[in-house]
Amino acid sequence: MTGLSDPSLVRLVGGVLVLLVVASGVGFVLSRRARTESARAAVANLNARIRAWWIMVAVFAIAVWTGGIGSIVLFALMSLLALREFVTLAPTHREDHRTLLWAFFAVTPLQYYLIGIRWYGLFAIMIPVYAFVLVAVSNVIAGRTDRFLERTATIHWGLMVCVYCVSHAPALLMLDIPGYRTNAKLLVFLVLVVQISDVLQYVFGKLFGKHPVAPVISPNKTWEGFGGGVLTASLVGTAIWWATPFTPVQAFALSVAITLAGFAGGLVMSAIKRDRGVKDYGALIAGHGGMLDRIDSLCFAAPVFFHLTRYYFTP
Amino acid sequence: MIAGLIASAARLVSGASVFYRDEPPDERQRVYFANHTSHLDFVVLWSALPGNVRQFVRPVAARDYWEKGALRRYLSEKVFRAILIDRGVGSVADARGTIDRLAAEMENRYSIIVFPEGTRGSGEEIAPFKSGLYHLCREKPGLELVPVWLDNMNRILPKGELLPVPMLSRVIFGRRMAMEHGEPKPAFLERARAAIRELRGL
Repeated sequence: MTGLSDPSLVRLVGGVLVLLVVASGVGFVLSRRARTESARAAVANLNARIRAWWIMVAVFAIAVWTGGIGSIVLFALMSLLALREFVTLAPTHREDHRTLLWAFFAVTPLQYYLIGIRWYGLFAIMIPVYAFVLVAVSNVIAGRTDRFLERTATIHWGLMVCVYCVSHAPALLMLDIPGYRTNAKLLVFLVLVVQISDVLQYVFGKLFGKHPVAPVISPNKTWEGFGGGVLTASLVGTAIWWATPFTPVQAFALSVAITLAGFAGGLVMSAIKRDRGVKDYGALIAGHGGMLDRIDSLCFAAPVFFHLTRYYFTP
Repeated sequence: MIAGLIASAARLVSGASVFYRDEPPDERQRVYFANHTSHLDFVVLWSALPGNVRQFVRPVAARDYWEKGALRRYLSEKVFRAILIDRGVGSVADARGTIDRLAAEMENRYSIIVFPEGTRGSGEEIAPFKSGLYHLCREKPGLELVPVWLDNMNRILPKGELLPVPMLSRVIFGRRMAMEHGEPKPAFLERARAAIRELRGL
């Protein structure tokens, strides 16, 4: 099911490209106008982010256009990169080495393989049940008991967030929705709403932000940014209802669910970063931080969107 | 080309971000010395150097390990062009000979990578340095040393494990240093060790 034959997918991607051209244009104008040292630095960061967006959109578009397999491979790689960043920060011990090998080289590929063969039943429980048992047993075999629960829980939590949750995005390709084809558009819808929400929350926060939501966890997340971002991103989601199996009202409601879950995800991942005393999970994407910094909202939004869609729109 | 592939693979597995506290390394002759916790240490440090510098950098490695098997021998001879030395030499005369040979192999153009702790540690503490570094500096006065801190390698591939967990790591090149004229051995070795330890906190 390649997407080239689907005109609304072409229109979606075309729309994103127009958005990027506009963003790059604005970035260029701003860079000519910046006078002070700090303004120049801010604009340079903005332009680095926009350049990175071009690359991310290009990679994502290519993956989507190959149909199923490209998207599955892309999200599997994203999971591995996110897990790598997560584990690097997590206080694991040498005795956890074998368990981590299982997590990277067995559990993660298997989870995405299950999407490939469309085995929903095992996909939904493999990590919550079998990996849960595997991680604990593997850590027992390693034989270290101090902080056993903490180490075991940390590794399983990493698998849940970076692999299980993220895998629900390409899992959208598994859904059989009557009268709807090219599920890749659902994937684009999810990723677009999540990422636009991040961007708009940032923009509204910069412009109007006054009252922090959780000052201890993230001083940059304000109620003004949250409200403005959630509302406008949901309107963007509503505006592209024609690419989904939803009515405009349904598209709006699902967009609100996506953005709220995404916001929660961003806050939780920030809390972990504060706990470990770092600002970013990595430096993979120029201007954005690591993979986990870029997809923290997606981690929570993907399973919520997947299950809402599955519950209400599949027989 | 094989060297390039190995360097890319090492960068991929170790996810190393590289930091320089001085100007980035150039082709001048230097001794890169680092903490040692993993079999990956040498290849990651080597891959963190710019390609044009890498071809003038040779590792100093244990003969008994690197002469075992055709693959190791190929890698150490043809790819890394390692300077192989005998471990655990008993007499002072033998040790003397090792340093002489090392200095001769370096000529006036090759830099080397050494791990002065002598063996891999657990990663918690940096073990006291063996005296080879001191004797080499006496042999080649004015030789510049670059301390390097390798972060997280012991978690990526701990002692006794075969497969690496691809976590992220850091390679931090410190400021160049040299042995001062007439500096006593214990003071110099401790200063070199402290130079690595200091990078750890960054």
